Formats: sequence, structure tokens, C-alpha cells
Amino acid sequence: MTRLTRVISPDSAEAPLPEVDMSTRLAGAVLPNPVMTASGCAGYGRELDQFFDITKLGAVVTKSIMLQPRAGRPTPRMAETPSGMLNSIGLQGPGIEQFVERDLPWLEQRGARVVVSIAGGAADEYIRLAQRLRHSTAVTAVEVNISCPNVEDRGLVFACDPVASATVVEGVRRNSAPGVPVLAKLSPDVTDIVSIARACVDAGADGLAMINTLLGVVVDTETMRPHLGGVTGGLSGPAIRPVAVRAVWQVHQAMPEIPIVGMGGIRTGADAFEFILAGASAVEVGTSVFNDPSAPIRVSHQLQRVLGDRGFESVSDAVGFAHRPPGGHGE
Amino acid sequence: MTPVQVRGEVLSTRRVGEYHQLTVVAPGVAEQVRPGHFIALTVGGQTSAHLLRRAFSVYRTQDRGVYGGTIDIVFAEHGAGTRWLSQVRQHDSLDVVGPLGKPFALPKEPVTCTMVGGGYGSAPLFTLAEQLRERGCRVDFVLGAATEGRLFGVLEAKRMSQSVAVTTEDGSLGDRGRVTDVLPALLGRTGSDVVYACGPMGMLAAVADLAARFGAHSQCAVEEAMACGIGVCMTCVLPVVGDDGVTRMVRSCVDGPVFRGDRVRWDDVGTVPPDTWGAQVSEGGHR
Repeated sequence: MTRLTRVISPDSAEAPLPEVDMSTRLAGAVLPNPVMTASGCAGYGRELDQFFDITKLGAVVTKSIMLQPRAGRPTPRMAETPSGMLNSIGLQGPGIEQFVERDLPWLEQRGARVVVSIAGGAADEYIRLAQRLRHSTAVTAVEVNISCPNVEDRGLVFACDPVASATVVEGVRRNSAPGVPVLAKLSPDVTDIVSIARACVDAGADGLAMINTLLGVVVDTETMRPHLGGVTGGLSGPAIRPVAVRAVWQVHQAMPEIPIVGMGGIRTGADAFEFILAGASAVEVGTSVFNDPSAPIRVSHQLQRVLGDRGFESVSDAVGFAHRPPGGHGE
Repeated sequence: MTPVQVRGEVLSTRRVGEYHQLTVVAPGVAEQVRPGHFIALTVGGQTSAHLLRRAFSVYRTQDRGVYGGTIDIVFAEHGAGTRWLSQVRQHDSLDVVGPLGKPFALPKEPVTCTMVGGGYGSAPLFTLAEQLRERGCRVDFVLGAATEGRLFGVLEAKRMSQSVAVTTEDGSLGDRGRVTDVLPALLGRTGSDVVYACGPMGMLAAVADLAARFGAHSQCAVEEAMACGIGVCMTCVLPVVGDDGVTRMVRSCVDGPVFRGDRVRWDDVGTVPPDTWGAQVSEGGHR
């Protein structure tokens, strides 16, 4: 019995991990590891640091920060769905000032790399957020959340429109520190994600993060009313993984030189590997954290093992590998 | 207290009335638990389609020497997750995260305490009552449920308290009615200084209101739907007034589950009151 009741140590492995160069490049930023947390699933790092060393990750991606404090949407904010969940948090958060004074210094002192996710209701808000972060030494990259589905008006989801996306991205790029990559986070709820991706890249995005959640509704069959307080919510978890892999696949095929951060239902190292094969240079682990608070570091170790098992000496060798004709490496 | 994630092992399972009781070996968790803490379990195994953890308040902990500490939880079958949990067997393994949350605050003086439990919500009140008794507190219980089969811990309460009042909505045991029907008389008779309560939101709201009317401090452990239990998902929030008088949407998993009854805006649970810190005033924007 004692054999089974050991403490789960995410760092422990049955066998030593294979030698694989896990470093990856996102435009001007080099990360020692391609696995990050996903925005909105890791707070500002403190909670998960109780379960594993967050400095071992590629970066902590913060919950999206807005200019002002925000209370978010009414409860219920969550519905479990098959292999996933619907959330309608509504970007609850402390606002940029408290984040910069309290949360960002903690992450910096802790030694974590930080990708700050920013969100706004208008292009001007994103610009002011970028300006506030511009002189911080703690920011590894900025992820521009133009795709949060939890808004009252679908017309305000910038990522549904190439012109609106470009306006926000251009403003953030122009107002961010030159060496700090700006990543545009895209929504899958569009007819042609490649055209949105291209608009963001043309506007100066250094990379793309995809995908945000898909818009969904759950109707409670007992109350016979929508389950969520906000009625609609964002679907996440393994249920959306093929949609996310498709988005990464399409965009990498169209713009193979643009770094992509892939996310959507990653639960294991094999899942992360799938995104990398489809064209992602890095990945984010989100909803799986709710199931397993150690998931990001576990996925990282599993990914390293999978890469080694498939004969890859580095992450970068595997990026977009699935697009290559058969007969190359590993065949 | 630092929560840890451990591979626990089911030591025993049993039926208690209409509920299930599980004893889980969870070394590193059990030793840290104080009354009011909860644990979060995964359900359905490693390939489960149910991703979200289920939160359970801790009924008891025990030091079992070589095996490490054990934790007892009590639960009802609400859905697929708890149904799966009701079918685990001895030696099955469970992924346990805990202890989580803020426990009940204990009085420094030997005061008079009333414990109010609704259904299996009473589970964390028994170790609490034991600790209060050790501090010289008087302890009285009120336990209520829809039916006799949904009461939990009546005999146990009798062993550790001055009095136990029981209510059932169908009158199958004790007084027909709800805990709040008998609570005023008890509070009037004992002059209780503190009311500890755990159960459904509606019950907690009514108990907190009664406690305030009788000049008693109240400590209420809330039951909110959670996805993670560790403070990152932001789904389990409710409006609570802080020391500065400002209402915030706070997480019941890390700022609770135990709250001062006079600080929770019970009537506004499920809403974001307009005077909440960060509430959106304009319509039509991001919310």
C-alpha cells in the first residue's frame, strides 16, 4: 500500500529524460522550454508555484490584464462539458496598476519569465496597457488578447475582424519595447483564420497565439434556462484540440516563418508534440491545470521524452514537421 | 499550510444513510488539515472526460502511522463525477489536492458555540466541535435535512455537545421544518456567542441573518461550484464585503470557503452588485 501513496512529484521521472534541446525562439525572445501556462488558467503564477517550480516553464502567461479593476460576470461562471468546460469569467482582474505594483514584481523576483496578456474594450486601451508595460524589465513578451469571447457584443471581439485586429496589434507593437515580441491571440470563431493572422502579422505582430476559446452555450435541462450567468461562455479543454491543431496547421502552412504559440486542450506531452508538428514553436497548457495543477511541468517532461523517442535533438527540428513530405527525418 | 498534490489510496468506503463516506490515505495532506479545510479530487480516472476537480470538505482526519494520515469525506451522488466516486473500491488510487481554503476561526475564550449543519454539510462541524470543547467552549448542535436518511452525524453530535436539535422537512426525524425554525429558540436559550454553519447557500443566508439578530458572530462555510479549487479559475466567486467596507468578488476556494456571515452579501450571490470593486457600469461593453 505504501507503494501507491507516494507524493506525486512532477519532477520525478521513471527514467532520466533524453537529451533534447528544449529551447525555442519566439521572434526576439528565446525561451529555455516551449511549455507555458495559458492565460486565465494560472492567475499570476503564485498559486501554481505551490505545486511546481514555475521558473522551470518557458514562461508564465498571465491572466489578461485590463486598464481598470474588473469584477467580471455573475455566477455561475462555469459548466463542465464532455472533455472540456465552458467559462464566462468576464476578465475579472485587479487592473494594470495593481498588477504592475504587486503581481509583476513577484514574478520577476521569483525568476519566472512572464508573458503579459493584455485585454481592452478599445484600441486605445491596449495602447495604454502597452505603454505601461514598455519599461518593465520583467516582460518577456506581450500576448494581445483580442479574442476573449466573454463580451456582451460580438462586434467587440477584435479578432473577428481583420481591420480591428490590425489596428490593435499595430498600436501595441508601436508602443511596446522594441525587443519584446508582441503575440496576437486569435479566435477560432472566424470564417478564415489565415486572413486574420495575416492582418495581424502585417500590422507588426511578431508571433501568433492560437486558439482562444470557442463560443458556446449550455442550457440546464432541469431549470430549462441557460446555465451560465453570462449565458454564453468560452469552450476549452481537450474537446477543442483538433480545432486548435487545425488553426495552427493552416496558419503555419500559409506563413511558415511566423512563430506560433499553440494551445487548446493540451493535456499530455503527446498533445503538445502534436501542436509542434503542426507548426507551433511553443505551447500553452490551460484547462488541464484545473484537472492537474502540475500539468504544465508534467507536459514539459513528457514532451521532452516524446521528442527524444522520435529521434529529435531539438524542439525546433520538430516545428512544422507534419507539413514535410514523407521520407525525411525519422521516417 | 501549503496544499500538496498526492496520489492517495482508498482505505475504505461505506454507506451512511443516503450518503457515501470515503477514507483516503493522503500523506502530507491529512497532517495539515484544520476544520473547514477541503480537498479537491479528480474523478473518472486518467482518461476521464470529466476534467474538473470535485471539492469535498474534510469530515475527519486520522494519523495511521506507517500508512500516513487518512482523510474522510462524505458526499452525495449529484452527477456523473460523484457517481464515479461512489463506485471506487478499497486500494483504488485517487489524485488528491489539499488541504485547501481558509478553515473556521476558533475563539480564544471559552465561549458558547452553536453548530448548524444542513444535510452532509455538517461533516466538518464534528472535528470543529471537538476542538471547541477542548478550549472549554459549550457546544450545541442543530442538524437539518429533507429526510432522516439525509441527516448526517446525529449520534456523533450527541456525544460531543450539550444539546442536539434535529429538523427534517418531512418530519421523519426530529421537528418537522428547517434548522432556522428551531435556531432562534436555541440562540435565545444559550446566548450563543458564535454560530458555525455549513450547508446550502439559502440555509447559510438565513442562519447568518439569525445569528446577527441574536448578536452572535457567525462563520459560514459556503458551497460554490469550483473548477480548480486552488484559486486560478475564478469561477467560485461571490460578493463579500472587506475590512475596508468595499465589496469584492472573492474566490470561495482561497478566500473561503469559511466567511464571516455578516460579510457575505447573501442576497446578491449569483450577481455582481453595482457597487462591487471593478463592476462594469456601462452597458454593452466587455463584461
